[in-house]
Amino acid sequence: MARAYPSDKIKSPVHLSIGQEAASVGVCAALEPEDVVFGTYRCHALYLAKGGDLKAMIAELYGKVTGCARGKGGSMHLIGTEVGMHGASAVVGTTIANAIGHAYALKYQKKNALVVSFFGDGATEEGVFGESLNFAVLKQLPIIFVCENNQYAIHTHQSRRQGKPNVCARAEAYGIPAERIEHGDVLYLYERIKALAPKVRGGGPHFLEVMTYRWQEHVGPNRDFQLGYRTEDEMHPWVENDQVDRLKHMVDGPRRAKLEEEVEEEIAAAFAFAESSPVPPAEELYADIFKESHS
Amino acid sequence: MTTPATSSAASAASRLLKGGTLNGERTLSYVDAVREATDQEMSRDPSVIIFGLDVDDPKAIQGTTKGLLEKHGPQRVFGTPLSEDAMTGAAIGMALAGLRPIHVHIRMDFLMLAMNQLVNVASKSHYMYGGKVCIPMVVRSMIGKSWGQGAQHSQGLYSFLMHIPGLKVVAPTTPYDAKGCLLAAIRDDNPVMFVEHRILHFQKGPVPDKPYVVSPGKARVTAAGTDITLVGISYMQVECLRAKAYLEDIGIKAEVIDPIWLSPLDTETISHSVEKTGKLMVVDNGWVCCGAGTEILAQVTERLQGKRDFRVKRLGFAPVTCPTSPSLEDAFYPNARTIAAAARDMVEGKPTGWLPEEKAELQSIVFKGPF
Repeated sequence: MARAYPSDKIKSPVHLSIGQEAASVGVCAALEPEDVVFGTYRCHALYLAKGGDLKAMIAELYGKVTGCARGKGGSMHLIGTEVGMHGASAVVGTTIANAIGHAYALKYQKKNALVVSFFGDGATEEGVFGESLNFAVLKQLPIIFVCENNQYAIHTHQSRRQGKPNVCARAEAYGIPAERIEHGDVLYLYERIKALAPKVRGGGPHFLEVMTYRWQEHVGPNRDFQLGYRTEDEMHPWVENDQVDRLKHMVDGPRRAKLEEEVEEEIAAAFAFAESSPVPPAEELYADIFKESHS
Repeated sequence: MTTPATSSAASAASRLLKGGTLNGERTLSYVDAVREATDQEMSRDPSVIIFGLDVDDPKAIQGTTKGLLEKHGPQRVFGTPLSEDAMTGAAIGMALAGLRPIHVHIRMDFLMLAMNQLVNVASKSHYMYGGKVCIPMVVRSMIGKSWGQGAQHSQGLYSFLMHIPGLKVVAPTTPYDAKGCLLAAIRDDNPVMFVEHRILHFQKGPVPDKPYVVSPGKARVTAAGTDITLVGISYMQVECLRAKAYLEDIGIKAEVIDPIWLSPLDTETISHSVEKTGKLMVVDNGWVCCGAGTEILAQVTERLQGKRDFRVKRLGFAPVTCPTSPSLEDAFYPNARTIAAAARDMVEGKPTGWLPEEKAELQSIVFKGPF
């Protein structure tokens, strides 16, 4: 995507997940299809990890009618209700509240499913964060809160935004068991969710702070170390500890080569699909303002 | 059952002036009409749930939620933490999961804490996600007036919400419309802002006991006339009907219209009346600048300009913060007499200096505290 971006065919501001994939993958691999996730504007990894269709995602970024939101949502609002991906917001913290509501409904409907609410460290500064945690405890909702802590809200470090930068302590203050996973270890995260899920499905929230690091700029395809707000040295250990690379080396040579070839083919096919898909026709501008009701 | 916005129901608003029973029809208060609509829908559809600050407390939102907890249980009827933002977001999440939540705000002013979820998520999700999801939710909110309600208990802020595509807004005046509109709102697959006026809560009027809907996008002519069209929004509908009575004394026949649904707005019914009368006065239960009345006037003007000469006038809150002292508060709101005076000036095409002598039977409703 970063390579395709300069072509200007992607008609949407992209907040790339590169470097942060492990949080989405580790969590979603441990979920059941009927489990539900809500995300942030940095939602590409989450959408794909939950099983979202790659073709529909690239087409959405291209503004094509075959996109997952018919070319009307763009990169920041990927959706795949058929796989339990229930949306993402450009406004920080917003979907945390939607996630608790969904969890309340699942409990009321007596469904054996859970909700995972993904958000960043910046969201923990929003009022809706505290309000939502309080309600989740009060109603003992089946929800896992996952704070993907990449330490930066755009260009501002957590230590410059939080008087006490201890996110887990805040969750615990509301009465939610919380734990911090230091190195973004994808397999450890998977095991933790596997272990937690049955308990959470029975009711009662859990909180995970997953440390991670964004390699690219906040929005756009490039690196941004020239801005001076962070250093390449800071990123270095995260590149060394790259979970994609780690998994890759756990697969033996011939199988890995075959997998890589398949993935490359799938990506090429998705871009070709997006390229060849039509843009929404003019009448689509006025479609889906309201859902037709039948009372 | 869909009731056309005419005929027997048309006189319902007029009866606000009189109250009581007419032709043996059952009468209910606005409060009881809201409660009955909620109860009937909750009984019909287990996906309907209701919550908000104080919904399950002994006062039960002026009685509008009374008895619902006992009948439908604490999972479907509950008071919430003081978290308007998250609870609005939660309502959206519930709607995404297939429920039909009703979120209650005892004051419309408190909605300001929930604007992100209302404007950025509830209104936009159906469109922004290409029709993949819908948000069937109702947000009830109440406007206060008099007895020192003051700056933050008195605002009619629905015009903010009319601005937003994807959100419906309704402000019923009569018990009949309160029940029919709330049923329609609950059954609607889109977010609906349901605006109640506290002064209207204890007004009585005929309400059929069976479920019925008053569908979005249809205004009602509440009193016929030929000389001027008065459009009164929410509580100002009552003041317009009283103004009509004052105007009759001097031989002016006002036609009064209740838009009922502010979004979608029925400009056709209003334009049709203005074509006849040539004069349009909109009396808003909010500020004039960028208000609902201003929008109504603009839409009617666009339809009728070049077709017919007509005059327009807007009335609404004084362009100040609502004060608490009665001497100032009285001047803050339009009332039947000031509406009648402005209407006469329009009809005669000149300032007449006339202000009708107050009649006891047309006095504003005296509101007693503590709310």
